[in-house]
Amino acid sequence: MELVTPSIGLMFWTSLVFVILLFLLAKFAWKPILKSVKEREVKIESALEASEKARTEMALLKSQNEDLRKEALVERDALLKEAREMKDKMVAEAKVTAKEEGERIIESAREAIKNEKMAAVTEIKNQVATLSIEIAEKIVKEKLSTDEKQKTLVDGLVEEINLN
Amino acid sequence: MQRKTTIKLAIALVMSTLFTANFYAQSEPTEHPEQTEEKYDPVATALGHALDSHEIHFLGEGESAVHLPLPVILYTDNGLEFFMSSEFHHGEHAHIERDGKKVDGYVYKNYFIDHHMTKISPVIDSHGHYTIDEEVSITDFSITKNVFALFITAFLLLFVFMKVGKFYKKNGAVAPKGLTSWMEPLILFVRDDIAEPNLGDKKTKFMPYLLTVFFFIWFGNLLGLIPFISNPNLTGNISFTIVLALFTLIVQMLFSKKGFWKHIFSPPGVPVALYPILIPIEFAGIFIKPAALLIRLFANITAGHIIVVSLVGIIFVKGSLAWSGLSVPMTLFISCLELLVAFLQAYIFTMLSALFIGTAIDDGHH
Repeated sequence: MELVTPSIGLMFWTSLVFVILLFLLAKFAWKPILKSVKEREVKIESALEASEKARTEMALLKSQNEDLRKEALVERDALLKEAREMKDKMVAEAKVTAKEEGERIIESAREAIKNEKMAAVTEIKNQVATLSIEIAEKIVKEKLSTDEKQKTLVDGLVEEINLN
Repeated sequence: MQRKTTIKLAIALVMSTLFTANFYAQSEPTEHPEQTEEKYDPVATALGHALDSHEIHFLGEGESAVHLPLPVILYTDNGLEFFMSSEFHHGEHAHIERDGKKVDGYVYKNYFIDHHMTKISPVIDSHGHYTIDEEVSITDFSITKNVFALFITAFLLLFVFMKVGKFYKKNGAVAPKGLTSWMEPLILFVRDDIAEPNLGDKKTKFMPYLLTVFFFIWFGNLLGLIPFISNPNLTGNISFTIVLALFTLIVQMLFSKKGFWKHIFSPPGVPVALYPILIPIEFAGIFIKPAALLIRLFANITAGHIIVVSLVGIIFVKGSLAWSGLSVPMTLFISCLELLVAFLQAYIFTMLSALFIGTAIDDGHH
């Protein structure tokens, strides 16, 4: 029976100790502990969230990079194509120009040759004329050196005229 | 560091002087060591271990017992009386005749105090024969074995959890280390598995109460399992469990909402004709619930204490050491079981407290 008989003294001390304990532990233990634990949980959660976010951002960046790379490739191809076309065009143009220029040069060379030739011919003509005159002079001088010869010549000339 | 060591040294000194000064071992052998007189009474031994007492019994029986006396504080008509329990004529319980029945008790000064410290009678001592003059009711506020255990439990709780609290105050929101990593999972257990399911978002307000109750009971239970300090059955004492259940009831009542009372005095979905039956039942339920709470803890812990003493008692009942072959393994098993029970009962008490508070603070969204 004593086992189930409450004792005032123990009840008093238990109440007293419990209230003091509740107060002291609440102030110096539970509050800082729960606060820190909560803070830590928030911290971990936000860290996890941040890492998740970073991961998705990373994936996004990666895909963006891929897009950029693809774009760059396309652009490169386009540029290469353009360059090739331009090169072809330039080569073609250059060919045309070169041909024209060559023709022009050939033409002018031909002209020059022609002119030179003309000049040379003229000079040769002049030379021939001078030489002919000189020869003619010598021959005339020879032919007219004697009276007989003069006479023969005049006769020849007269005869010729007659024949005509 | 220096200061800490000094404090520790001081505590050790005080403790040692307290113990050596107050130990009194009456080592004189009994004059007539008659075997028949010292017959082992298993029921009295088992119950005696589960009960409170005015000294801490370490070893020995009767005359040669080693005790730590504790302060006795009595509130009488003459005010408070303080003295050490060693001032009782220990081992020599006096007897008086009261209403024709033999009553055990102690003699202190000119008083006869009955065994349960409920009545005091001024007596005239004439060589061991006491005659009652008049009886006065007294109230016992002694620092008994259980009160002493209560103080130790409280001291341990403060020591452990203030240290943990300090760790977090100093380091902020970091991962736990050392003692903190032992206690933190339990604190989180109380928060996430006891408070959260029953109280939900309103748990913050009740966390200090639930945590204190949980660790108070658990530490008290564990302290009661230590054999060499005479297993103080603090948490298995009905006074202790009454107080804790009362606190739960008080918290429940203080924070009760309208929905809770509405549920009791006009239960929804019940025909009005049944109200006369249901309302008294529901109303009684308010008090039955904490009563069940206090009986559960009391019965579980006391039963554990009695079982352990009874199993050890087999050896003494049979009077042969050979029985320890059965007794010791069984005691070991029960002791291990008691470690589990110590935790389980703390959990159940806290859990039901949270549940009761949870129903009281419910706004009544049904």
